[in-house]
Amino acid sequence: VTSKITVLYDTIRLEEKLLIESAKKNNIDIEMVDCKKLFIDLSENTQNFQTVLQRCVSYYRNIHSTATLEGLGAKVVNSLNTGILAGNKLFTHMLLQKAGVPTPEATIAFSKEAAMNALEKNGYPKIIKPTVGSWGRMVSKLNNKDSAEAIIESRESMYPIYQIHFLEEFVQRPPRDIRAIVIGDKVAGAIYRITDKDNWKTNTHLGGSAETCKVTNEMEDMCIKAKNAVQGEIVGVDLMESDDKGLVVHEINNTTEFRNVVRVTGVDVPTQILEHVKNMSG
Amino acid sequence: MTNCLECDAGIIIPDDAVEGEIVTCAECGASFELVKASDGFELKPAQTIGEDWGQ
Repeated sequence: VTSKITVLYDTIRLEEKLLIESAKKNNIDIEMVDCKKLFIDLSENTQNFQTVLQRCVSYYRNIHSTATLEGLGAKVVNSLNTGILAGNKLFTHMLLQKAGVPTPEATIAFSKEAAMNALEKNGYPKIIKPTVGSWGRMVSKLNNKDSAEAIIESRESMYPIYQIHFLEEFVQRPPRDIRAIVIGDKVAGAIYRITDKDNWKTNTHLGGSAETCKVTNEMEDMCIKAKNAVQGEIVGVDLMESDDKGLVVHEINNTTEFRNVVRVTGVDVPTQILEHVKNMSG
Repeated sequence: MTNCLECDAGIIIPDDAVEGEIVTCAECGASFELVKASDGFELKPAQTIGEDWGQ
């Protein structure tokens, strides 16, 4: 048994560079493995993977490599279950609801006709989200019947996952949301992601800015419950401050980005991640 | 310093660069993945953002 941590990646982002830097600084034994170069015979763990920090940015590469290594006996953070559960907005929604974590009201519809009927019954505006997907891609605001018809119609010819229509309430909130990084049973740090005035999406990929968010006991408690609901170890929890319901969790990220939390709060997230994974392996 | 495969402008590879990192040409905006070579790094056209990329 070694205490080496395999960091499995497919793209070196700033997060991966911060992990490498932290390992060097703190004498933590890591090996960087490019998942794109891997082939693995499934009968035996010949490459001796033991403790793996999963960092692949491609969703399919991520869950398939996790399934492989976990199946061969490695400890993968996060687990296959977490990848599957957190990777799907419907699965996450149901688990949050069951765990008593407030989450935006939502409706699922299994065809265009059913989605239009749901919108007719529940009213506009609503947010339509693919159940699988990231960075705000194909997340649209449906303001009225015409725009809903057009957007849902355009999805009819796409891959079948885009014909499962997850319709979420448009939460009235300040022009920001919260990203909290949960490591084990602690919130390492949190930021507000602030939208610019022309965009309701808060993804910092889309040009939002960030500020430190003070972690309250209520918020920490919700984040830990959310992490446990998807059987996670290290996750990014996204919350909104609903005008009428208070904090609600709308997403859990399985391979969370943390650069803005590090930059804005100064918390050494990469070292906390590596230490946590190291302790799990020992 | 190495040259952009698209526009031949000079691209500075940072000292702390690691294999697999993406660098972008300041002149034309093309992105390249760094690949280890005998002396330093070579450039390989980077995969554009995949449909399933995210966190």
